[in-house]
This record gives sequence, structure tokens and C-alpha cells, in this order.
Amino acid sequence: MKQELYKNFAENEVKPLAAEVDEEEKFPVETVKKLARYGFMGIPFPKEYGGQGGDNLAYAMAVEELSKVCATTGVIVSAHTSLCAAPIYEFGTEEQKQKYLIPLAKGEKLGAFGLTEPNAGTDASAQQTRAVLEGDHYVLNGSKIFITNAGYADVYIIMAMTDKSKGVKGISAFIVERDFEGFSVGKKEAKMGIRGSATCELIFENCKVPKENLLGKVGQGFKIAMKTLDGGRIGIAAQALGIAQGAIDETVKYVKERKQFGRPIAKFQNTQFTLADMQTKTDASRLLVYRAARAKDNNERYSSFAAMAKLFASETAMEVTTKAVQLHGGYGYTREYPVERMMRDAKITEIYEGTSEVQKMVIAGTLLK
Amino acid sequence: MKIVVCIKQVPDTTEVRLDPKTGTLIREGVPSIINPDDKSGLEAALRLKDEIGAKVTVITMGPPQAEKALKEALAMGADEAILLSDRAFAGADTWATSSTLAAAIRKLDYDLIIAGRQAIDGDTAQVGPQIAEHLNLPQVSYVEDLERDGDSLILKRVFEDGYHKVKVKMPCLITTLSEMNKPRYMSVSGVLDAYREKEVIKWTLDDIEVNKEHIGLKGSPTKVKKSFTKGAKAAGKKFEVTPQEGAKIIVEKLKEKYII
Repeated sequence: MKQELYKNFAENEVKPLAAEVDEEEKFPVETVKKLARYGFMGIPFPKEYGGQGGDNLAYAMAVEELSKVCATTGVIVSAHTSLCAAPIYEFGTEEQKQKYLIPLAKGEKLGAFGLTEPNAGTDASAQQTRAVLEGDHYVLNGSKIFITNAGYADVYIIMAMTDKSKGVKGISAFIVERDFEGFSVGKKEAKMGIRGSATCELIFENCKVPKENLLGKVGQGFKIAMKTLDGGRIGIAAQALGIAQGAIDETVKYVKERKQFGRPIAKFQNTQFTLADMQTKTDASRLLVYRAARAKDNNERYSSFAAMAKLFASETAMEVTTKAVQLHGGYGYTREYPVERMMRDAKITEIYEGTSEVQKMVIAGTLLK
Repeated sequence: MKIVVCIKQVPDTTEVRLDPKTGTLIREGVPSIINPDDKSGLEAALRLKDEIGAKVTVITMGPPQAEKALKEALAMGADEAILLSDRAFAGADTWATSSTLAAAIRKLDYDLIIAGRQAIDGDTAQVGPQIAEHLNLPQVSYVEDLERDGDSLILKRVFEDGYHKVKVKMPCLITTLSEMNKPRYMSVSGVLDAYREKEVIKWTLDDIEVNKEHIGLKGSPTKVKKSFTKGAKAAGKKFEVTPQEGAKIIVEKLKEKYII
């Protein structure tokens, strides 16, 4: 019944806007409000913190269903839930949860996460943003790039160096509000896919962050970031899974209608075999995604499971959407049909929240430990 | 305020396909939904609950799988759900159905009973009005809008070519149209609670006081003689005219019917 709700909502409220959101690079503000109303913005958090009292599997399924019709909407929910609300839930103090988690989980506020910098991508330890303690507050200086939900988000989890001499152990995490003095949102990226999602630079110029907004302990930032990304990968894997399934659903419809050589192209074995491969790989992704979500719900070690889910689901999404365009032929290459958008949207899932190569490092790391 | 909403689980007729050979409906694999008129009635009840506070009880008579429709109503925000299910109720026509539902509703406290106008699988529009007769309540059918006014309701009762504004004192029964609102979705926590915390109350024949002559197949006076597909209506009038003349004709016709 959860899936029925997600599907009805996605089909009626999200799908009709998907092409426009992409074409006009429009952040779907109204949709986010509706998502909040029906409880999509805090699925895996307990009710006492404003959440829905669901689990990570229920959350992954929501991202999957939304991403079937609009990957932009999927990543808005995923970044908000996994990268902002989740670390506050896992590492925040009771005061921080009261102040930030409750409005985030209710969807009254939107969240974002800032780790990546111009010179710190996959090598996230090379952080240049600095935070210096001055009396009762930290002063942040530096910049972040490629930040999802930037500008629209009210609350940001920001990583910054508090002690460069300690390397990764010198990184700390902070909760930064959009209105904090010295914090501004910079250039918005023009992207290949997920074009409705706001991806911007964040700039900190003597940004004053109250001491009580330190998330976790001093020097714990890198650990918090890595744990947060472990969880985030379930969301992105679910997004990739949704994109793949959405492309298959569109293709199944198309091949039954499209006639060539006097019959629907669904009658050709090439179409059938291609679709069979597409669905088999997508179902395999689904099982990997659900396994990772279940493991997180059961408090098992899930980093490697999440990495496998993201690696496989994102590569499957790329492969499946490419084949979906191929089966649509020339029409598939046009914006008349949604599969070209899905193909553009799929690519990012192999890159953000850890590239495919990073996922392989995590998986191998677990194996060879 | 206490509201009882009668709902029916029906096959989603937008998804029903015809068997090209036999001409009959293929019901297999067709999803079941809450009948649209009923769902709008539920939404109207939930809006009253949001605005002025109300306890909303949903009730349905049906097979055990109708529980799913009740769970959906709970997930949308209903407070209580009752499933009337018993082999003895099976095969009921509208008379037997309304006798059974009325007997169950007699056990409940209510100010207002809402039923959808008609079900998309039967289209009789009889069960709601019959319940009102069984319970000796005033009834207003075809309601498209409602507001509460003290112990009364002010209702917009729609006809093909106009509407009435009707004030009716509660307790009463109304039948609602799907056009009256856009029902809300279930919420995520609503779904989770519907399965984890809220139970559907199950009543059988033993739980209600009803004349056994008036329930189930035996208590159904309706006898189906034959069923057939309705023939097409006669062709409408055709005018081969310019757009300007066409517009004039449309305006005349609309005036004729007092639509404008």
C-alpha cells in the first residue's frame, strides 16, 4: 500500500511536471510542499522527531517511485533525507534534533550537505574550507561546489577543517542555516541531467556559526561525512533503480504501439531479448538496493552493501536508459519522449555521492580487510 | 461531530479490458479501488474533521479482501473502520445491502451518514437512499458541496441542468459526487499506522440485529433476467456550418436548456 501511495502521488503530482522541470531547469517548489504534506520528507525518522516512523526500505521505495517519473524529484528527497536530516538524527544532540531535525523531517525546512570542493572531490580529505573557533562561535571560510538543493535549502551540513595538522581527523561537521551571516549561495551549474535540481556553489566569508552547531565532536567530520554518504548511497541507488524502471515502463508502452514492417516492434525478438535483459538487471538492482536498506534497518554493517547497490544500480540505469533510447529509435532521441531525459539523468548516478570507482574501493576494502 | 462514511471496493473500471472473444470483462489482475463517489464522500468527511473536528468511521460490506479499501481510508485519515463480512451477506442486491448496512449503522453514533452517489461497477445509486429509508432519516442526494451551519448542513444538490441549495438538519444522510473534491492521498505515516496501529473492526451476521429475510441472495428481491450490452444512442444532430454560425447554434441550445 505504501508503494500504491508513492505511485499514485508520483503519477499524478510529479510526472506531469517532469518534462517542464527538466526543460526549464525549474526547481519544483510546489511539489516539494506537497511531498511534505504527505510525509515524503521524513520517512525513516521516528514520529517524535517529526518523521513518519518508517524504515529505510520504505524510504528507498519512495525515492524509487518518484525517480521512475522524475529523477530531479527523487534526488531532492534523497539529498534532504539522507544527507541532511539523517546525520542530525544519527550524530546530533537532543537540542539539535529538536531545533533542526523536527522541521526537516516534517518538510517545513529543506536540507542540503556540503563536502565537495573544487579541489576535494573523490579525495574528500583535501578540504580547504576552514573553521576557526572564536569565543562562542566558529568562523568558516572557503567554498563548496556541486551542492544539491543549494539555495532552496534552509539547513546545510558543512564539512570544514578545524585542524589541518591532523589530516582527515582535523575535519569537523557543522549545521549551517541559510541566513547565517557570511554564508551565500554562488553560481548555479548548468547540467546535463537532473536539471530541475538546484546544484550550486556555497560561499563562506567569515561565516559565523554558533559553537552549539558543531555536529558530533571536533575532528569527527570526516567520519560523519563517510557514514552519511553510506546511507546516501541507498537513496541514490534507489534513484538509479527508479530511473531504470521508469525507462523500461516507457519502452514497454512504446514498443507495443510502434509499428514497423507491418507489426508492433514488440513482436521482434531483438526487442524482446533487449527488454528481458533490461528488466533482469533492473530487478537485480532492486534486490541489491532493498538488501542494503534492510541491512541499515537491522543495524548491520551495510557500507559495502550500499556501495554494491549504488555501483550496480547506477551502471544498470545508464545501460537500460541507453537501450531504451535505442528501442525508441529516432523518436527516443527527441524530447517528445521522456527516455532521452532519463538517459541524461542516469549518468549522474554513476558520479555523485561517490563515483563508481569509489564504490569499488569501498567494496574491495571490505573484502580485503 | 460523528460521521459514518459508507464505501465500496470496486474494480478500477479504467483498467478493465474486454475479452474480445466472449465480450465479458476480464477482472483478473484488475486493481481494486475505493469507489470514486465514495472516496469524495470520505474526503468531504475528512475536511469536516480538519476544519471543525469530527470522528470519521468508514464502513463497508464485502468479502474479506475489502479490508484493503478500509485500510486505505484509515491511511487517508479515517479514525475507525468496520468490515461487514459474512457468507450470509453474499449475493446481496441493493435492498439486502442497505438492510445490512443500516443494521450495522444502527449500532453506531452518528450525526451524518455519507454514501457515494453510485458505484462504478453497479451504477444503481440506490444503496445510500435506501439506508436513509431504513433509518428513517432525511436524505439529500447528489451533493457537490457542503458546509456546516450549527446543527444543520447547507448543501448544493446538483441536477443535470442546475442545482438546489438545501438546508437539512442533522442527523441525515447525503450521497456525494466525485466531482465535489479531489480526495487527498494517503500519507506515509497514515499507511504505516493503518497497518501497525489501527485495526479494522470485523462484524459478521452475529454482530448485528437484522431480519434474516432481508440479507444476502435470499433477501434480494432483484432477479436478473438477462444482461446485455447497451446499444448506442441515436446519432446526434449534425450541422455543417461556419464557425460563426456554429457558435450561434451552441449558444441557442445552451439557452434552450437554461445552462446560460
